Amino acid sequence: MAKSNKPIFWGLFAAGGTVTAFVTPALALVTLFAAMRFNMDMFTYDAIHAFAANWLGKLVIFGIILLSLWHAAHRTRVTVHDFGVRADGLVAIVVYALAGIGTLLTLVYLLRI
Amino acid sequence: MNKPYVRPLSKTSWFLTQPRYKRYMAREVTCLFIFAYTFLLIMGLKRLAEGPDAFNAFVQALGSPLGVLFNLSVLIAAVYHSTTWFNVTPQAMPIQRGEEFVPGKIIIGAHYALWAVVSLIVLILGV
Amino acid sequence: MSERQIQLEVLRYNPETDSEPRYQTYSVPCLNEWVVLDALNYVKDNLDPTLSYRWSCHMAVCGSCGMMINGEPKLACKAFIHEYTDQIRVDPMANFPIERDLVTSVEDFIAKLASVKPYLIPKEDKPISAGEFKQTPAELKKFKQYTLCINCMLCYAACPQYGLVPEFLGPAAISMAHRYNQDSRDGGRDQRQEVIATDTGVWECSFVGACSEVCPKHVDPAGALQQVKVASTIDWYKEHLMPWMKK
Repeated sequence: MAKSNKPIFWGLFAAGGTVTAFVTPALALVTLFAAMRFNMDMFTYDAIHAFAANWLGKLVIFGIILLSLWHAAHRTRVTVHDFGVRADGLVAIVVYALAGIGTLLTLVYLLRI
Repeated sequence: MNKPYVRPLSKTSWFLTQPRYKRYMAREVTCLFIFAYTFLLIMGLKRLAEGPDAFNAFVQALGSPLGVLFNLSVLIAAVYHSTTWFNVTPQAMPIQRGEEFVPGKIIIGAHYALWAVVSLIVLILGV
Repeated sequence: MSERQIQLEVLRYNPETDSEPRYQTYSVPCLNEWVVLDALNYVKDNLDPTLSYRWSCHMAVCGSCGMMINGEPKLACKAFIHEYTDQIRVDPMANFPIERDLVTSVEDFIAKLASVKPYLIPKEDKPISAGEFKQTPAELKKFKQYTLCINCMLCYAACPQYGLVPEFLGPAAISMAHRYNQDSRDGGRDQRQEVIATDTGVWECSFVGACSEVCPKHVDPAGALQQVKVASTIDWYKEHLMPWMKK
């Protein structure tokens, strides 16, 4: 029996799970506040743009999005299996491709800011 | 006589048989919300790169009933993910100091404390 | 001593006559101090000598009397009657083939346990004259909880991944491998990794955590498996991204 290559993805899954556990609730709260417009001065274009315009901000945003994507992708793969779908190879390609596309798009958009 | 009987197990509904399996599936399903939410963030980045008008339109769209409902469900799923994740860290990453292992409650507590600090920073930056 | 009349619903299966199992209910006068195993012994001695089940020590040491009690994996000798209502359902351990009544096939587990080399493999041969392998209390503590495993297989009965993918090595075998990997006297980790760091080894686990919840000896197999994943992941990154770093 050959050793598994799952560690590549599991490493990202575990790191991502930790990062999303720390930041996603607060992020979701911020976007929820923005959506409900509690305060017109919050979540403004200027403030967000200023954060994303410097390289440290870009790095933080990229790190959070990259790890969230790969965390979610890997867990989705396992969850689809748990729901009874027996097509792990195909599912893996789809979910990792989604994460890969998301990662690329994030890079492109960040470089445009 | 050897004629073992193998009981059938449903591949699609096994998790309904025990409450702990349901809690496990609820934990796993949080990833779909986080997946979708991350793409929302990427969409936000795109709008941010396109300029103030596009970004304001994006925030406007967030405010639709569907947008609010989506954000609210992501918030609930994300909090469930965080608690289930932190609660098992002592199992995955035990810390031994000297002879004894650090009690799990302390490791979990440290994570919750750090979570509070990080959340505060995100809220201050975002609000 | 108070007595209660318990309706004990037991799954019966006779391979010689039955095509599938069926429930049979026994009315058992139970003392409140009894455990479910006592009730089964009462049935065997007084009501139905054909009932088959495994048991030996009656004190949660031998690990023979694992079964599903009201759907939960339990040792029958540790399941107290006073914790249940007057209706108790007893099934053979889930995820295992039924041999007869409450007796299940254990061959699969025994083979898996043996495959992980659950014994000390010294780093180098040492003559007896060179003295014993010494170990500090801290080194002992690293693996001690895993030595409490009694191979009762309740963790397999609780693990849905084992039920869905019978090839999965499973909780007890992998935690036993981890127990020896964690032992300062042992040098066999590389050999065990070949067996446990595989798709049907530790990577079939999705950390449901049920194994640790049902363990009658409070071992934490789920934790052991996550630690094996972390260590195997570090191995993988070292091997593939930093090939110059030899372990």
